[in-house]
Amino acid sequence: MKTLTRVGFWLLVLAIALFSLFPFYYAVISSFRSGADLFTVAYLPERFDLSNYFAVFQRQPFGQNILNSIVVAGAVVALSLALGITAAYAFGRISFRGRSLLLLTILGVSMFPQVAVLSGMFELIRSFGLYNTLPGLILANLMLTLPFTVWVLTTFMREMPKEIEEAAFVDGATPWIVVRRVFLPLMAPAAVTTGLLAFIVSWNEFLFALTFTLTNERRTVPPAIALMTGSTAYELPWGTIMAASVIVTLPIIALVLVFQRKIVSGLTAGAVKG
Amino acid sequence: MTEAAATGTPSAYASIRGGSSALTRTRVRAAWTFIAPTLIVLALVAGWPLARTIWFSLTDADLNNLGDYTFIGFENYLANYDGEWFGLLTDPDWWLSVWNTVWFALVSVSIETVLGTIVALILNAAFPGRGVMRAIILIPWAIPTVVSAKMWNWMLHDQFGVINDMLLRLGLIAAPITWTANPVTALWTVVMVDVWKTTPFMALLILAALQMLPQDIYEAAKVDGVHPVRVFFRVTLPLIKPALLVAVIFRTLDALRVFDLIYVLTANSRDTMSMSVFARQQLVDFQEVGLGSAASTLIFLIIALLVVITMAAGRVRLGGDSR
Repeated sequence: MKTLTRVGFWLLVLAIALFSLFPFYYAVISSFRSGADLFTVAYLPERFDLSNYFAVFQRQPFGQNILNSIVVAGAVVALSLALGITAAYAFGRISFRGRSLLLLTILGVSMFPQVAVLSGMFELIRSFGLYNTLPGLILANLMLTLPFTVWVLTTFMREMPKEIEEAAFVDGATPWIVVRRVFLPLMAPAAVTTGLLAFIVSWNEFLFALTFTLTNERRTVPPAIALMTGSTAYELPWGTIMAASVIVTLPIIALVLVFQRKIVSGLTAGAVKG
Repeated sequence: MTEAAATGTPSAYASIRGGSSALTRTRVRAAWTFIAPTLIVLALVAGWPLARTIWFSLTDADLNNLGDYTFIGFENYLANYDGEWFGLLTDPDWWLSVWNTVWFALVSVSIETVLGTIVALILNAAFPGRGVMRAIILIPWAIPTVVSAKMWNWMLHDQFGVINDMLLRLGLIAAPITWTANPVTALWTVVMVDVWKTTPFMALLILAALQMLPQDIYEAAKVDGVHPVRVFFRVTLPLIKPALLVAVIFRTLDALRVFDLIYVLTANSRDTMSMSVFARQQLVDFQEVGLGSAASTLIFLIIALLVVITMAAGRVRLGGDSR
């Protein structure tokens, strides 16, 4: 009975691992196959042919797409953190009238369905002359990242011991100095966590990127992959799509593996502590 | 702002001991200065666009010429011409998309909750390789939705897909299935891919709750020889219920606004269209900003209503601590 339970347990672990990993594994082996090979199913890697990887960059401005994604996600993270840390200090350390209501409103914004702001955002971006530009996407993505950045950073800010800032105030520091000199260094780990989550959200964002860009050169990676077409309208270049998928997924997987604990703590700070 | 803050500092020491005073006032003023930029940005990128969307839903605006529109009241929602009803609320496609979205949210979140709990229980057990497993289950969560939809699209390909090949080899199906095109299987396919992608999120939240449970209860149960299944339903489940509820609410709200997955996995197929896909199609593909905005507004209202109900139910407590 005991061994049976153990075997069952390990089978379950194996099944979970297989289910989680198989799609990515299959994308990798498919990305090394091209032409008529793809019309037969292969379960094991049989060759190491990089032609799909070259094709992705030749057939379309995929390098540019990746660069666009990095620029947009990087700017979104920087802006969200800069705004988020100062706001989180006020929300987490100072009690003032209307604080709970404001925090509640910000939490409410993070629940906004993206599509609810789509037409208004379209008009806004157009009137600023930002249609089909990266700044337009950065602006739009702030709606997705800023609320939870403030929220998660506030929960981290609350946990800091009270004595830290009291000592600084006694020494005559202003609130601004306290934020910059005392909390900025202390908040670094929390900022890394939140920044990573914001980066992943922006890197994966699709609806805004699809709607607010027009030309292939301005697209970020998700719409570029979604709209990839083959030489004919009826045939999708699966090998190339899989190669592109592997390229953009690898850095994210690397980030997740390296910062696993930080990401989990950020996710749970945002959800469970709420 | 720095000057304003500086005026309060001489009395700083006294105020910390004495309570309300210049320092408190300075801090409150500083608080508003600190949150002002965030509030301005949020008003610009969330508040204003939302207000405009709601306004557009009362007009006949067109995407090509957004500046030129007339106010038409609620005609996008419901209008009566010569005894016949028109508008979004009479559109069977809209109601189909509502039904699809609700069905998708209920089924996928239920499956994810059960599977997530199982995965969390496994990861909570001590076994060699636990850290590796936790990293492995994070991978589906981290893969961009568009990419995972494309990966599954390829695996589910009706002619060359590996899923059909596996099932044929195992003798479970007699002929290849057109997973994403067949109206019977399409929505289930969407659910399956969503389960693959978001069960890890669920599992991690539940795992965090499990790890906060006191261990002595379990030791006591073990000493008393209570069956593990009984322990789970009588002890573990009631204790993790609050965390489980929060996770379920988050996931449900997320599922109700589903867009990427369905848009990429099943294109613009009517059978699987979600509310968000419907709204964007009206808005962008048909250029009907008025009608699309009306759909967007309804989606917003549905989700806002759910949020308000949940918050009123007292599951989310905020800023309760008084510093």
